[in-house]
Formats: sequence, structure tokens, C-alpha cells
Amino acid sequence: MHPIRKQRLQIVVLIVIASSLATALIVYMLGQNANYFFTPAQVLQGEAPKNVTIRAGGMVVEGSIERSSDSLDVSFLVTDGLADLTINYSGILPDLFAEGEAAIATGKLDGDKVLQASQVLAKHDENYTPPEVADAMKQAYELKQQEQYQSQEAKK
Amino acid sequence: MIAELGHFALIIALAMALLLSLVPMVGSFKGYSSWMRLANSLSLGQLLFVAISFVCLAIAFLMDDFSLKYVSQNSNTALPDHYKISAVWAAHEGSLLLWALILAGWTAAVALFSRSLPLVLSARILSILGAISVGFALFLILTSNPFERLLPMVPIEGADLNPLLQDIGLIIHPPMLYMGYVGFAVPFAFAIAALIGGQFDSAWARWSGPWINLAWVFLTIGITLGSWWAYYELGWGGWWFWDPVENASLMPWLVGTALMHSVSATEKRGVFRSWTLLLAIFAFSLSLLGTFLVRSGILTSVHAFASDPERGVFMLMFLAIVTGGSLIIFALRGPAMQKVSAYSGWSREVMLLINNLILVSAMTMILIGTLYPLVADVLDLGKISVGPPYFNFFFVPLTVGLVIAMGIAVFTRWKSTEVNLILGKIPVPFLVAIISAGILPFYLSVDYSYSITGGLTIFMSVWLVATIAKDLIEKLGINLKRIAKLSHSYLGMQLAHTGLAICILGVGLSSTYDQTRELRMAPGDKALIAGYEFTFSGVNPIAGPNFSAFQAQIKVTKNNQLVANLFPEKRHYNAGGQVMTEADIDPSITRDIYVSLGEPLADGAWALSLQVKPFVRCIWLGALMVGIGGLLAATDRRYRRRRQSASNNEVAL
Repeated sequence: MHPIRKQRLQIVVLIVIASSLATALIVYMLGQNANYFFTPAQVLQGEAPKNVTIRAGGMVVEGSIERSSDSLDVSFLVTDGLADLTINYSGILPDLFAEGEAAIATGKLDGDKVLQASQVLAKHDENYTPPEVADAMKQAYELKQQEQYQSQEAKK
Repeated sequence: MIAELGHFALIIALAMALLLSLVPMVGSFKGYSSWMRLANSLSLGQLLFVAISFVCLAIAFLMDDFSLKYVSQNSNTALPDHYKISAVWAAHEGSLLLWALILAGWTAAVALFSRSLPLVLSARILSILGAISVGFALFLILTSNPFERLLPMVPIEGADLNPLLQDIGLIIHPPMLYMGYVGFAVPFAFAIAALIGGQFDSAWARWSGPWINLAWVFLTIGITLGSWWAYYELGWGGWWFWDPVENASLMPWLVGTALMHSVSATEKRGVFRSWTLLLAIFAFSLSLLGTFLVRSGILTSVHAFASDPERGVFMLMFLAIVTGGSLIIFALRGPAMQKVSAYSGWSREVMLLINNLILVSAMTMILIGTLYPLVADVLDLGKISVGPPYFNFFFVPLTVGLVIAMGIAVFTRWKSTEVNLILGKIPVPFLVAIISAGILPFYLSVDYSYSITGGLTIFMSVWLVATIAKDLIEKLGINLKRIAKLSHSYLGMQLAHTGLAICILGVGLSSTYDQTRELRMAPGDKALIAGYEFTFSGVNPIAGPNFSAFQAQIKVTKNNQLVANLFPEKRHYNAGGQVMTEADIDPSITRDIYVSLGEPLADGAWALSLQVKPFVRCIWLGALMVGIGGLLAATDRRYRRRRQSASNNEVAL
């Protein structure tokens, strides 16, 4: 082969190898660090994996926030209207965290389907509901409507 | 009345932009010099009318004209005047108006400072900038009119500016950032004009050099201010979150940095021509992508995008036209631009190529990590967020590679360098860096233990500074007065690279040696963190102009010597009822003491966050030096000389 062509071929092969390696690495790292979102109902039905970092959230249930008296350990329930998920966290909660408002936690599920959170996020302004939570609530609402409709049908 | 005037001025500006995008461009093909000459006055006229529109909106804010929807949503009678003005760009509509104003400003600047260019070229550049203005003005008027009225139900009081935005950092951060984003429109327009004309040489590169530098400086300062604002205003001491909005600003910065370096190779040696043009296209396209990501609502959710598609779709179309159109022109004309030139393995060209490769790789991985959740959501693969480990995994090794290459690059020359010459210069800086990295981490940790990330950080910073110092010493000898003889672009480069070293030092050391405790504290409680003793003496209610707050008092001592009294606050804003954490910081170069107040607990106790952050200030100090370095390089004599000689030529003709 002509030396210049040979050099070009080498460069092309090198680029192909390097870019495939880079792609493989990116895909692998995305897989490792993509945190999936689960609704409380999905978690309690066992759809969410244990000991893997996930995100879960919903509306904070009224009266469910329990603070430890001698540390910053806190536990609360979030709901999507179908199921309540217990979240444990240690630390300062965000400013806009409150009962009846949306919150999303990042953490790992333990054996009892309790989320041990490493981070809790609340909405960041008055009018904002995290889309994941809004979606989950909407789905739950539609499901309930359907059930109601079906039970009414059954009564008839 | 003021609002209608502003709206009307905006429409006139649109008309002028439309003329600007058509008349000089057509004139340049037909050879009508009078048509081409119109570009200058149209550019200035456009600036005048966008400015009138902007001032009208500002006046509406100052007069508390809550009949304007935008004003009523983002202001309040109790808001201090300077925040009323900054509220103009606090939300979507006003931000876009600021975008349009800055674009008109850059366009007018090009019109004023491009007199030395051939008329055909300057007319086309201004026409392309005009076409971009048309896109933004249409977007404003059709989908995001800031002058929309709320009639007849005029609110008595406004909803108030988001308290997070009531801050000096947020007054200057967006204009700086936009100056950078929009500034890349100038090299973009120049690249397209060059592609249309089929001519691109060293003069092109020399002309666009200072514009690229200036836009890049603004973007650097803008990102730095944003990070600094997040640090002190969000109340928990973080300064970079790999958040999509931040990524949106980092991507054009990385490509802009690559562009700045490759254009210097194009100017000096005529190499990388089509690559430089491609980078110019991408730098601006990524700026537009950033605007699209932030402004379309797609980041909060692809569903938010679908439910209010007007803005998002317009923006996406605009992005597709600009990027797609310019890439088609590039595909047609780009290859013809390339010139074969010789350079060997150890030349500055190759080092700049490595620089470009690393920067573009970093941008690509950020782009993938940022867009992947959006794509996954559209394809129904689940709701995903990509965590910081992904970004750090790629960004840290790329930065290490970049820094090593930067150290070698200062010793290389254009075309080719003797390998032995480079190998002879490297050992001393390398040894200094290795020894510092081996020893210093022991002194930085509280318990004299060694940390690998600490060592790596110190290696990178010392290596960079040592290579720069060695090069300076060789150039200057012992005669410091010779520094005046060095070119501004050389000094700017060394200053910017030193700034990067300091920034890396801040990033690495503050991440490695950060000490953060979140504690429950009752009045009188003490806590010991990194040798500092924090004493919490309780909380008092105080009142601000538009908020009331709880203010804590925390005494910080070291070895029984008073270091600082800190007063973090928990604010309740009256208008919106929003709660906000206002941290208090005792700053110094070697460490920040950062205290913020959490929530009240039982028995008068409070949740407190106490942090000691070593060298965190170096992040912004270094980044600021990077920006000043870029500014210095933009004032290089060769840019000015070129202009003078060109205008002399014109006179001679």
C-alpha cells in the first residue's frame, strides 16, 4: 500500500477504535449513574430495585413528619394518592419542604421498602410542582376515577 | 402608554432587523454598494429601537405598572429600585428582551468597528446578525411579549420578585452570560459570511480574534458569577451541581475556548481553517441550545414543553434553521477552505489540536449527559436524572490531560520543535510538581493523612504554574522590565493559564478537604470543626425592607482567639410568603467559614449547617484571572495595528 494511504488507514482505524471505546464508556457510565424515578405505588409494589440509588417522591403526608429529639434524623411519608412511602433522612430539609407539598428524595431502598435518602429536594418556588410528582398524582387520580367508575358500574 | 411605546419600538426594531437581513445581503450579491452601505445605519437604528423598548419596560417596573402581566408577576411596590430594574431580566420575557438588546449592541459594535473590512464582507456579517435578530424579535413579539396587558382586571399589588433573585449577583450574572452567549453570534456571522464568500485567510482570523476573545471573557465572567451566586445565595455552600442549566452555559464555553485556540493557529499558520469555522458555528449553536434548554421549559419536563409548545417549538425550529442551515453551507463550502500545511509531531499546532480534542470531548460528554434524560423521557424509557458522578468521571481525567498538555505546550514552537529541547525543559517543573504533590497534602489535612485527590490537585496546579514560570524566566531573564516587551496575547495567555491553575487548586482542595456538619444545636451548644469552635448563642427576630427574619448568632473561635461572629438568617418574604436561607460567610483566601440556618426544632434548638471550606475562594479568583487574561489578549497590538494599516490602505485607494 502507498505509505500515505497506509498512514491514513491507520488514523481512521485509530479514530474508530477511540470513538467506540468512548461510546462504550459513556453508555456504561450513563447506565451506572442514571437515577430512575419511582412513585410510592411502584415502590410498594416492588417495582423499584433495592440498594440502588433511585429517586422517589410525592406529596408529603400531613402530620407525618417526625423529628428525632436529639439529632437531625427525620422521617416522613410521601404519597401519590395510591400508596404511602416512608422516607428516612438525616440533615437539614430544604426551605420549601412542607406538609402537603411535593418533595423528591434521592436514596436507596432498604429491605422494608423504606427509602434511606441522601438528598431531599422540595419545589423551588411557590407555583412549581416537580413534573414527576405531578405525573404520578395525575396517574393515580385517573386510576381512582376508573376504579370508582367500575365500582359504580358493578353496583348497577 | 409607556408599554405601548415599548411594544411599538420592538416592532420597528423587528422591521429594521428584517431590512438588515435582506438588503445588504442582496446588495452584496448584486454588487449594489449603496444597498450594502445601509447595513451600518440599520444596525445602529435597530439598537436604538430595541434600547427604547428595553427602557420602556424598565420604566414600567419603576412605576409599578401592574397592568403589565410581566411586571405584576415579577415585581412589588416594596421592592427596592435597583431590584426593580434587575427584575426586568428576572424571567422569560424580559430575559429575551435583554438577549435582543445585547444582540443589537454587538451588531452595532461590529458596524462601528468593521470599517476596515471589505464592504461585501461587513455587509454580509451584519446581514447575518440581522437575520438572527429577526428570529429573536419574532420570538419575543409572537410568543413572549413582555408588554402584554392584564386588562381590565389590574392587580393592586405585584407578586414580587423571587427572593433568590433579589441579589447583586443576579443583577449582573445574566447580562454577563448573555453578552457571552450572544457575543458568539459575531464569529458565527463572520464564519458564515466567509463561507458564503468562499474566502477565509489569516486576515479573517485576525479580525475575528478579538471578538471571540471578548465574547469568551464575558461568558467566563458570567459563569463565574453564577457559580459564586449559587455558593452564597442558595444557602448550602455548593458551587457547581452539573445541573442542566449550568451545563448549558459550560458547553459553549468549552467550544469557545477551543475556538479561541484554534483561531490563533489559523491566524499564525493558516492551519485548521475549516475546523475553526466549524467551531465558530458550534459555539453559537450551543449558545442557542442553552437558551432553548433554559427558556423552553423542556428542562422541568418534556411534558411541560408539550403542554405549552408554542415557545419550545419556535425555539427548536430556530435552532434547527440556524444550526442546520449553517452546517449545510459548511458542508458545501468548508472543504474548499482547507489548505495543506506541514507541521510535525512536536509542534504548537499539534498541542493546540490536543487542546481542541480534549475540550470538544468534554463538551460532547456533557451534551450527552444533559440530553439523555430528555431523550429517555420522550422515548418513554423512564424518568431519569444523570448524577454528578457521570460528569466527574469524564471531566476530571480530561482536565488532567488538558493541564499536562498545557504545561508542555508553552515550550513548543510553530511548525516543529526539537524533541530534546522540550525534554530538556520539562524535568524541573515536573520534579517541583511531584515533590509538592508528595508533601503538601499532609499539611492540608487535619490529621496529617495523605489524600490522592489532594495530591493530584496540587500536582496539576504546581505543574502548570512551574511551566509558566520557567517560560517567563527564560523570556525575561533577570530583567523584569522586559515584561513590557512581551505581547499582550502572550501575557494574557500566561495570566489565564495561571488563573486556571488557581481555579483547579480551589476546586480540588475545597472538594477534598471540605468539612461540613449538619447539627442540632440549642443556645449555648458548641461544635468543633477543623480546629474551629462554633458557639451558637441563639436566634433573634429581625425585620428587613420586604421580609422578616430569624437571625442566629454564632461565634467562631480558634485556639480561644475570636475568628468571627456570624449572623445567618432564615428569611420570610412578606409578599409571596417565601422562606429563604441567607448564609453568613467569614471569607479568606485559604478557607471560608460558612454557616447557614436550617429549621427550628423543639425546645429553642435549631438545625444548623456549619462548614469549613479550604481554598474555595480560589475557584472564583482563578476564574476571574482567566477572564482578565482573555481581556488582555484581546487588546494585543497586532489587532490594532491591522486596523490602522487597513484604514490607511483605504485612504490610499
